[in-house]
Amino acid sequence: MKQLLEAIQKQALEKLEKISELRELEDLKVAYLGKKGELTQILKGMGSLSSEERPIIGQMANDVRVALEEGIAKAKERLTKALRDAKLKSEVLDVTMPGKVRGLGKKHPLTAVLDEIKDIFIGMGYEIAEGPEVELDYYSFEALNIPKNHPARDAQDTFYISENVVLRPHTSPVQVRYMKEHTPPIRIICPGRVYRSDAVDATHSPVFHQVEGLVVDKGVTMGDLVGTLQAFAKGIFGEKTKIRLRPHHFPFTEPSAEVDVSCWGCGGSGCRICKGEGWIEILGAGMVHPNVLRAGGIDPEIYSGFAFGMGVERITMGKYGIDDLRLLFENDIRFLMQF
Amino acid sequence: MKAPVKWLKDYVDISVPVKEYTEAMTMSGSKVEGVEDMGKGIEKVVVGKILSIEKHPDADKLRICKMDIGSETLQIVTGAPNVKEGDYIPLALVGAKLPGGEIKLSKLRGVESYGMMCSIDELNLTRDYLPDAPEYGVYVFSGTPELGADVKDVLDLDQVVEFEITSNRPDCLSIIGLARESAVTLGVPFKKPQVTVKEEAGGNANDYASVEIQAPELCARYAARIVKDVKIEPSPVWMQRRLAAAGMRPINNIVDITNYVMLEYGQPMHAFDLNKIQGSKIIVRTAREGEEIRTLDGQDRKLDTQMLVICDENRPVAVAGVMGGENSEITEGTHTILLESANFKGSSVRITGKKMGLRSEASSRFEKGLDTENVIPALNRCAELIELLGAGKVVRGIIDCNVKPYEKKVMKLEPERINAFLGTDISAQEMIKIFEALEFEVDKEAMTLVPPSFRGDILAFEDLCEEVARFYGYNNIKPSLLTGKETMRGGKTYKQRMEDVITNTMRGCGLNEIYTISFTSPKVFDTINVPADHSMRNAVVISNPLGEDYSIMRTTTLPDMLRVLATNSNRKVPEARLFELAYIYLPVEGQMLPDEKETLTIGLYGGTSDFFELKGIVEELLSSLGIEKAEFKAEQNAFGFHPGRTANLYIDGKMAGTLGEIHPEVAERTECPPRTYVAMLDVQILIDASRTDKQYKQLPRFPAITRDLAIVVRDELYVADLMKAIEQKGGEYLEEVKLFDVYKGAQVPEGMKSVAFSLSFRAPDKTLKDEEVTQAMDRILKNLEKTFGAQLR
Repeated sequence: MKQLLEAIQKQALEKLEKISELRELEDLKVAYLGKKGELTQILKGMGSLSSEERPIIGQMANDVRVALEEGIAKAKERLTKALRDAKLKSEVLDVTMPGKVRGLGKKHPLTAVLDEIKDIFIGMGYEIAEGPEVELDYYSFEALNIPKNHPARDAQDTFYISENVVLRPHTSPVQVRYMKEHTPPIRIICPGRVYRSDAVDATHSPVFHQVEGLVVDKGVTMGDLVGTLQAFAKGIFGEKTKIRLRPHHFPFTEPSAEVDVSCWGCGGSGCRICKGEGWIEILGAGMVHPNVLRAGGIDPEIYSGFAFGMGVERITMGKYGIDDLRLLFENDIRFLMQF
Repeated sequence: MKAPVKWLKDYVDISVPVKEYTEAMTMSGSKVEGVEDMGKGIEKVVVGKILSIEKHPDADKLRICKMDIGSETLQIVTGAPNVKEGDYIPLALVGAKLPGGEIKLSKLRGVESYGMMCSIDELNLTRDYLPDAPEYGVYVFSGTPELGADVKDVLDLDQVVEFEITSNRPDCLSIIGLARESAVTLGVPFKKPQVTVKEEAGGNANDYASVEIQAPELCARYAARIVKDVKIEPSPVWMQRRLAAAGMRPINNIVDITNYVMLEYGQPMHAFDLNKIQGSKIIVRTAREGEEIRTLDGQDRKLDTQMLVICDENRPVAVAGVMGGENSEITEGTHTILLESANFKGSSVRITGKKMGLRSEASSRFEKGLDTENVIPALNRCAELIELLGAGKVVRGIIDCNVKPYEKKVMKLEPERINAFLGTDISAQEMIKIFEALEFEVDKEAMTLVPPSFRGDILAFEDLCEEVARFYGYNNIKPSLLTGKETMRGGKTYKQRMEDVITNTMRGCGLNEIYTISFTSPKVFDTINVPADHSMRNAVVISNPLGEDYSIMRTTTLPDMLRVLATNSNRKVPEARLFELAYIYLPVEGQMLPDEKETLTIGLYGGTSDFFELKGIVEELLSSLGIEKAEFKAEQNAFGFHPGRTANLYIDGKMAGTLGEIHPEVAERTECPPRTYVAMLDVQILIDASRTDKQYKQLPRFPAITRDLAIVVRDELYVADLMKAIEQKGGEYLEEVKLFDVYKGAQVPEGMKSVAFSLSFRAPDKTLKDEEVTQAMDRILKNLEKTFGAQLR
């Protein structure tokens, strides 16, 4: 009996060593430990043993069982691991292959720049005001201190719908409309489409976009205008950007200025982008003319303010190095995907 | 305004380099657009005199000259046909630089040439500047310039500064005005013009002619002088060169003098042949009905009663401030002239010039409103130059009709208020210094100012601030950021935030944003099959468009989207997913301004795009905007669209847009791919229906029971109607109905389709029993059988 048990253990453990599939392991487990298994049979035959022998053989049979169970568990672990390893090996991917994604659509570069501009001014407490593109002559000119037959009208090249209705040549009418409906303090920017009678070429379009700004409050100074423009220029072109104001004339502001920023290409030393000037003109600005405040129902004796305006296309082209304005309205997907 | 530097120097000392000067002028408000250096690129070109000319032994067209350049005699070979012994010629020496290149010692057919004789083309000069230059051949100096002298000095080659003068500063459309600004900018004295007229002819101008202003509101002042014994001839070279440098073509001495004075003083002048002025009377009036005039350019022009004209007793002889008439023109035979110096109303000159399509150096100055006090000084300068040039004899006295005498304007000088406005700390003395330099009269006791007569732009306090700021330096103003002002909330409006949601959702769906322009052609309506009488054809029409293609404001974005899709398709871009958020413009009866309707346009072709992808994008958008009550209904008559593959979107019963496949005929016509998909949605309706307030719902705690339901129905039935019917009878536990299959073909009878749904049932408070679900399924099926004749499959 004892020898038999030893033989079973030896044989079983030898088999376990060689086993290579989980299914075989299961069969083996049944062959030895199952109801009709060899070990089970021996245990069943214990009844025929003497009472002295029974505990000894019983103990021994139990040891064999434990040894077999341990062996089976070990073999199972070995086989499972081998199986997993094989699976992992078979699942190797070429991780250098391209990823799969539909991908986000792109913002048009004009929107991207407009959003940046909006963010900067919203951060400084501005609201965004809007108004009609087909606009009354009154709001487009007269309320802005440009009466009919004023020489400044020549420069505007305005599209007319009728004698009193125009396609707004700037977003300034929004400022007047806003002033009429709100009392100071006012801090707004007015982005939008504007129209001027320029034929399409690499730097002109009859339809383009502007952002204008208006601040009206008690005691607003020209220094506040300079500070605001400086903050804006740094925000959009980077911290190192400098600005320069040159005296100019606009009917709707007094004093008026044209504003240059240090060239984004060379930082001011002169390059191809700035044509060697070191400066690039990007906006017009000034202190709101008292006649304009009056047209907006605001008393210039009590309040003062500043206004500024810029062309979004110009800034966009500068920022991204786009050399032909027509690309912005042609919408070639290979162009749009670059932003 | 082109200002030759040497001319400016007559009135102000400009001793700094030109670059520094132009920079300073730009920063004080007279923007320099450029500097034209007439002698640029010319070096070592000197005056040489031809001593002898011999034939070249080996070339018929070449000649060998000995030339004296003062210090030595040089051998020069030339092909110029127009030279003779004794001529003075601009000679480029060996090593000379010309705009065309450098001159080297060369051999022409074996004979050495130590330089090159120059034509005006080689010196990059124009015949306007050197009118005596021959058509072909080298330039020959008139007179006897110093041998060896630099031609740049001899020819007076100057630097010409081009200024951009803003419309408020007509006084700077003159050499004197710019010299005055230069003086203040550079901090040097302005040399006031000193004019003396000898009036050698004696007599009295008022005995020769009289002036009457009948339209005082359009002509504030009209002054005239009489010049006798006029000799019409070319003006002297120095004057011609200055005019040419400033961009005006020399004509004859009288015309040149009037132009010279206009450029120098900013006051346009005109000369009439006095003998052609009938009745020797100048009448300034508006034109009469039916009057006509042939202007100096030979055009017959109809006059209207708004136009200001200069007349004699019988007829118009000039259009005031715009152009003279042929009937009073100066000619060879003219011996007595009347010189006009007048002040016409700017807007009148502007309107008349515009109506006639005429704009001249004179009218562009008048348009801006000129100084009535400049009329007499300019007239005197004109007379002085006539005497100086010996062009005629000036009669004593001036005929001066001054109907609106200039009134001085007294303004308060408030240094503190100016500082408060500018955000500066400039002393009163400094401000006074600036105003005095600008020729304001300053009363330091009363602290008042009187602007000079030529500064019509100075009207209000803010204008004074600008003068101080300009010369204090805009860039010396200390930046502040609304220091001490109330802070404000700022931010976007609800509409603007919803627009961001729309844009972000579109981008999330992989759509690229496009921008198209708002103009269109009336022809596009035919392209997209808009019926002839449809209201969409009623557009806002531009009265002065850039051509028919840009002549109306768009009433639909469809053609623009199709154009962009076609552009990409034509360029072999395989797939397009695009959107635009922009406006259309719809005229409203009885309203001045149109309704500007914001439209979201989506366009797809290629890749996985089909109707349901387009619809999916729209559904995604509705979900982003929190819109629940939306319904898609088939639409067979949307023009431009496929009759069987198009839906209208309704939100709360309102039509919010159309989406579908483009009609193959339209796709072909617009060069779009055959399967092109477009949606156009009314953004205002979307925003009105949007909801951003969200409420948390408890997560389900009990399991759901899912049942599938496959039925066979008539093909033309809408799935949406079946789903609605299922929801109606589903009972309280029906949680969701999903379509998972639609099948036509084998095992399904002709004209029928099999539609399969997956229904899920759930109770919030218990685990459902099978019977409960089975009952609901029975109800649903019975209803489908009854309503739609559906059969369980």
